[in-house]
Amino acid sequence: MGFEKFGRKSFTAMTKVSKFVDLLEEGKVEGSVCKQCGAKYFPPRADCAACMSKDMDWFEMPKSGKLETFTTAYYAPFGFEKDCPYIMGVADLGGIKLFARLAGDIKPEDAKVGMDIMIRPLKYDDGQMSFEIAKA
Amino acid sequence: MAKDVAVIGVGQTSFVRGYEGSIRELAFEAFREATQDAGITQKDIAASIFCSAPEYDKQRSPAGVLAEYLGLIPQPTFYIETVCSSSSSGLKVAYSMIKAGLHDVVAVVGFQKMSEITSAESQERMGRGADIQWEAPFGTMMPAYYALYAQAYMAKNGLTHDDLRDVRIKSGTYGQTNERAVYRKGVKASDFDPSNPDARMAGAVAWPLRVGDACANADGASCVILANAEKAKAFSKKPVWVLGIGAASEAVNMAARPDFAKGLSVGYGAAAEAYKMAGITAKDVKVAEVHDCFTIAEIMAYEGLGFAPMGDGKQLIREKATYKEGRIPVNVDGGLLSKGHPIGATGGSQIRTIVLQLRDEAGPMQVPGSPEIGLVHNVGGVGLYGNVTIFGR
Ligand SMILES: [Zn+2]
Repeated sequence: MGFEKFGRKSFTAMTKVSKFVDLLEEGKVEGSVCKQCGAKYFPPRADCAACMSKDMDWFEMPKSGKLETFTTAYYAPFGFEKDCPYIMGVADLGGIKLFARLAGDIKPEDAKVGMDIMIRPLKYDDGQMSFEIAKA
Repeated sequence: MAKDVAVIGVGQTSFVRGYEGSIRELAFEAFREATQDAGITQKDIAASIFCSAPEYDKQRSPAGVLAEYLGLIPQPTFYIETVCSSSSSGLKVAYSMIKAGLHDVVAVVGFQKMSEITSAESQERMGRGADIQWEAPFGTMMPAYYALYAQAYMAKNGLTHDDLRDVRIKSGTYGQTNERAVYRKGVKASDFDPSNPDARMAGAVAWPLRVGDACANADGASCVILANAEKAKAFSKKPVWVLGIGAASEAVNMAARPDFAKGLSVGYGAAAEAYKMAGITAKDVKVAEVHDCFTIAEIMAYEGLGFAPMGDGKQLIREKATYKEGRIPVNVDGGLLSKGHPIGATGGSQIRTIVLQLRDEAGPMQVPGSPEIGLVHNVGGVGLYGNVTIFGR
């Protein structure tokens, strides 16, 4: 349990990496790194596909990078309608990437492929925990 | 080019909204047409493979249920799923079984009655084909994923909204001649013009993609019957041979995708493998069906398949090279953008189009010059699965 607190609305409550949400509460956005072979993962994983180890540790993701791509959603699935329009994108943090929403203060016309961005944790009013891509 | 396994029969229902029947009756229509096309009966079919995306199916374990309705028992039946490319994956499994000598004649039936569930349910369930642990919590949906590719691709490669619109116009041109398509109206530039109050296709869905950039849900079924060389020669006057098969898969999560400006990696991965097996290059392909669930997907496919250099797919639509009279005709049956996209039936419908083209039986859609080699490119999810299949006379 614990993962039901992740995101605007979570679709799965149980995962071995639910500590990710606790780390968000501490203000940290972390990926996982294999203690055996050093492979780094985001989103974090409990198991290493590179060497099959289950011995994983956490590492703090780089905080800045560039926006690789994005889209503005004008329609949304159930439970997200009130947020429209909202922007989602992929940030390249120097070799490791992250998918998230863009911060609400970025207007669709201001988002640009290649723009400098930063990553920060986000707490919604209802207590849900997430992270977002903000202007650098 | 080994001629070991051939398509001996193809069938397809009309793709429609709200089919007035059950999935059994839907699948029966396509199967009946394919058996009549092949000139065989159920007794000649050694095994069957059913293909669909289970999120739309109320019926669990549909393969057994449909095999019984189609008269395909007691022969063995199997179920294959790779979302939108399910029936192309089914073809690969059928090919493998025939090559292995397990079965001599195999029917691959793709079906989807998307109207089994409401369109709101359908939108949500379609999203479950993406990463529900790490991406759905942000409010993702299928058009948004393709829009991520479109945005990066347009920024880097100079592709414009007019180019995307022109893909849809091409699709509309041919959709009008396909009596099995769900959308049979022509498409004009003014349909995309936001200053035109009647513009049906201009509204933003997931920017930069608009209403007209997306294909429609539909109900439909398809059937492809494959046979080994001995049976193919015995049954069929015009066997169409499977010359090459390639397939690839990719990380579900967008954070693990290599380069959005280069399109879907499964497209070029599967193509390279299929060309190698067939012993041909892109230049040898005379007609192609590509997975155009969104306009951007067709442009990316041009490049993945080697019809245009990387980043230059726009030139093909600007020069009308992918029209029927062009250098490499693509989706001259209207593509998914016009036909509609009944998930499990889609690949079989694309295969049917290419088989009819190679038999010179495509009617008003026929590419001139009796094409000898045709290609099918069928993608599942947002490049989660990719299948490329090459056929020849
Ligand atoms: Zn490892």
